[in-house]
Amino acid sequence: MSLSKEETRKVAGLARLRMNDEELERLAPQLSNIIGFVEQLSELNTDNVEPLANVVDITLPLREDIVTDGNCADLVLANAPEETQGYFVVPKVVE
Amino acid sequence: MSTLTDLTIEQALEGLKKKDFTSVELTQAHIDTMDKHKNLNAYITETPDIALEQAEKSDKKRASGNVGLLEGIPLGIKDLFCTYDVQTTAGSHILEGFKPKYESTVTTNLFNNGAVMLGKTNMDEFAMGSSNTTSYYGNTINPWRRKDEPETELVPGGSSGGSAAAVAAHMCMGATGTDTGGSIRQPSSYCGVTGIKPTYGRCSRWGVVAFASSLDQPGCFARTVKDNAIFLRAMAGHDPKDSTSADKPVPDFAAAIDGNIKGKTIGIPKEYHIDGMPEEIIKNWEQGKKWLEDAGAKTVEVSLPHTKYAMAAYYIIAPAEASSNLARYDGVRYGPRANESVLRDMYDVTRAEGFGDEVKRRIMIGTYALSSGYYDAYYIKAQKARRLVLQDFMRAFEICDVLLTPPAPSAAFPIGQNEDDPIKMYLEDAFTIPASLAGLPGMVVPTNLNSQGLPLGLQIIGRPWDEENVFRVAGALENLANFTARPQTLL
Repeated sequence: MSLSKEETRKVAGLARLRMNDEELERLAPQLSNIIGFVEQLSELNTDNVEPLANVVDITLPLREDIVTDGNCADLVLANAPEETQGYFVVPKVVE
Repeated sequence: MSTLTDLTIEQALEGLKKKDFTSVELTQAHIDTMDKHKNLNAYITETPDIALEQAEKSDKKRASGNVGLLEGIPLGIKDLFCTYDVQTTAGSHILEGFKPKYESTVTTNLFNNGAVMLGKTNMDEFAMGSSNTTSYYGNTINPWRRKDEPETELVPGGSSGGSAAAVAAHMCMGATGTDTGGSIRQPSSYCGVTGIKPTYGRCSRWGVVAFASSLDQPGCFARTVKDNAIFLRAMAGHDPKDSTSADKPVPDFAAAIDGNIKGKTIGIPKEYHIDGMPEEIIKNWEQGKKWLEDAGAKTVEVSLPHTKYAMAAYYIIAPAEASSNLARYDGVRYGPRANESVLRDMYDVTRAEGFGDEVKRRIMIGTYALSSGYYDAYYIKAQKARRLVLQDFMRAFEICDVLLTPPAPSAAFPIGQNEDDPIKMYLEDAFTIPASLAGLPGMVVPTNLNSQGLPLGLQIIGRPWDEENVFRVAGALENLANFTARPQTLL
């Protein structure tokens, strides 16, 4: 399977990565190579094999349903490129 | 005081105990060595002021009789561990200037045990790389050089290249690392140091910048097996903040290094004999096998038939998880933000400017593999292959206690090599990735020099939660190999 420039553009959009034509042209064959490489898995018989998502045999613990956010908005905002009055600021999204 | 930097952690703890020197003196000696080898670019951020302050506190703490497992020992911390108010970049431009307001669990454990932080070590961007050449903050240079081309700069391996180089150059007594597909073991091998990736779940991932969450595991580097045992014990343990960290007691790993491997069975996986592997890698492996046999262990050939599919499975699973984890870098909460007036443009440009080429490639692969219509064909298929890889190991461990393998198909290579073809670079991790997929502990010990005078190591892989046998066999191997060579740049 090879990825065209247009398909690469679509994936870049999904990944929120701005790319110009030159970058897309450079990247498409690289991605195609990598996808070609991982496609060797298709020759592997995985009938009746359960997918493995977690290697450790751990039951996820439950905790009490209480607020544990730390009440530290100032620390959460400390690294924000822009913040005001306890909020992150982003470019205007509502007209 | 120059010899202070030649001590092992074990020796330094003894010297501190006997009051031969203070942690402040020990720490200053390492700060001086860091100054001397700045050209290696092993640290992204140096923190000498914090180090000396911590050392002074440690000396007082020791005087009061309160002694942690690493009391007064100066360490490097991979720049993937969040450290309170100290810039944490993950090797990326997109986190430049980020000063966490919290401390990772691993560094908290280390500091509670008296460790001193010398600085944040260099690494491949978001731990994606095998050469440390994807760091936004420049290449780390391996302190080792080829005998016949001493001017050629070599890679330290990756992704924890700065940590491995810093330990090799005596710019710290040990350093933390993380290992997703080999990022501790491969650089250990390239830099002639000892490093361990413990069982997935042994150390908390809380406060470690995430790459591929089902694979990422913190571990450590030092110059001896015993030092790693002391170090790992100090950083490991259950953490309620990481739901995949295991609620199991942490053994005294050092006690397992008893030199006695009589009756242990060492598995030699035949699939690790790959075509075109350099003769000296095979010779080093054969010698390791013979050493362990001479020490009373039995060796047995084992088969891990799905090894050839491990790379492909990894290069779906890791990028898929990375594309999801790295979605958080959007210019809103931390890091640099592109000056765009439309929100969507702000996201797209911030990420395009903030991530390097290799990270973008992996985000794209992961996004593609997870995208509608391809999810089952790629991601689920890879998770199935992952189970087969795990089953191979479990079957092998029915007849052996640990496995012995080369850690990498080559010694350290020149900076710039393998850059033309991503897949060629990926293959540097062919011998470390399978154990990562299975979540197994793996340790690398330097054993020989190749014909160019570069270190070669061997990897010991153990059963889940059986780091003790890994340490036991690695300790025996270390004794037998008696690797005492030092990087030429230090002589």
